[in-house]
Amino acid sequence: MNDTFDIRSSELHIEVHKFRAGAIIFATAFALVLQAFLPIYFPKAAILDLPLLITIYFGLSRRNPSTGLLLGMAIGILQDSLSGPTVPLGLYGIAKTVIGYLASSIGARLDTEHPAARFALTFAFFVVHQGLIALTRRLLLSQPEPWFTMHLAVAALVNALVAVFLFLLLDRLRRPS
Amino acid sequence: MVGLPSRHRSLFLLGGVVLLQLLLLAVQIRRDSQGRLIRVWTVGAVSPFERAGAHGISHIRETWNHYFALQNTSRENEELKRENGALKLQITQLQSKASEADRLAALLKFRQTNMDVPMVAARVIGWSADSTSQAIYLDRGERDGIRRDMGVITPDGVVGKVIESYKDTSQVLLLTDKDSGVGAMLVDSRVQKPVGGTGEPLLVMKYVSNEDTSVNPGDRIVTSGIDRIFPRDLPVGTITDIKPGSTFKQIRVRPAANLERLDEVFVLLTMKPLMKKDSAQPNSATPPAGGPSAAATSPALPEKP
Repeated sequence: MNDTFDIRSSELHIEVHKFRAGAIIFATAFALVLQAFLPIYFPKAAILDLPLLITIYFGLSRRNPSTGLLLGMAIGILQDSLSGPTVPLGLYGIAKTVIGYLASSIGARLDTEHPAARFALTFAFFVVHQGLIALTRRLLLSQPEPWFTMHLAVAALVNALVAVFLFLLLDRLRRPS
Repeated sequence: MVGLPSRHRSLFLLGGVVLLQLLLLAVQIRRDSQGRLIRVWTVGAVSPFERAGAHGISHIRETWNHYFALQNTSRENEELKRENGALKLQITQLQSKASEADRLAALLKFRQTNMDVPMVAARVIGWSADSTSQAIYLDRGERDGIRRDMGVITPDGVVGKVIESYKDTSQVLLLTDKDSGVGAMLVDSRVQKPVGGTGEPLLVMKYVSNEDTSVNPGDRIVTSGIDRIFPRDLPVGTITDIKPGSTFKQIRVRPAANLERLDEVFVLLTMKPLMKKDSAQPNSATPPAGGPSAAATSPALPEKP
């Protein structure tokens, strides 16, 4: 893996970042653990989807769709595994695979380092992620999952806001270019 | 992924990964009525092909049966034609046997009605080789007690008389022969006149004067017994036509027996009178008389060849 390389498209200069060894694995595991334990002590923390934020961040940073979707798949399957019996393996996996792919694809075309861009993209990805979850539940599980609720909008805003700060922390895991 | 552009490579990868997870989901999800979702999907994916395959095979089979298998049909047609011919022949044989059975039943009934009259049942085995003479051959002869000048009858009436008797066969001169004759009388008027043949299908009643008004068309004629060949009151025929002649009337008589189609006949071994045919009808039938002694002198009906 190269440390850094440039993608030049239509005069756009975008960096592809590499991370310290084990950073992705550590961050993913940490997010999953927090996602599992935080709601126990802080029930309102259940509104966060830390695995999704990790998927979005590494997708935007790595900017490789294949890597992004595989990472999204792995994180989603792990999240499915840690979820209750009502969540079959693949429910979050599919959604996060798509999000990983989209984030990597968009990250390869846009500058996603700016906090505002990160906020907007995370908000959008969160909505798409929930839409994919709802679609899967409706089609495969025959569960009447609503497409949009106010809670979803709030959750999207909260996650986008958290993502801005979380991504700054994760930026520290990058190898210096 | 070799040969695919890199931007498409990730798309294919995305599709594959999502598909795999969909399958993973399908394996886990269970529909209450239809089992696991993967089974539902598999059945749903396969059944259209199965239906199409079954429909296609059915169509091909129909096409084959209706068009390409016609050569077999042609062969089957030939076989069916042969079978049809054989069956027609069989039907004809069965009809003939049924007719024969009816005829034999009538003979048996006649025989049982006249159990006390010695007679021999015989089968007609040939006709005279000379077309100018009306004669038949029977399968019974001297061994069965048949002698010359014995009367031959059927349940319908007089047939003729035995003119030659051989060891196992005998020759009978039919009533229609021009040299044949029988003593007869009119049933109603009891006028006795001979009836003879002319070599034609109809008989003639002889020696009835032109002045005799007691003879009319439709009158029935029976044997008179005067010839000492036939007993009295055996049906001879029915008058069909009467014309005045130079001295005697020309009276044509239709034979009571069907002399043109004879299969089985009875040869009378005696002059003992038979029961009248009228009394032998089913409605007026009487139990067989005569008993064992008569039966012992009368051979049974001939067996079929």
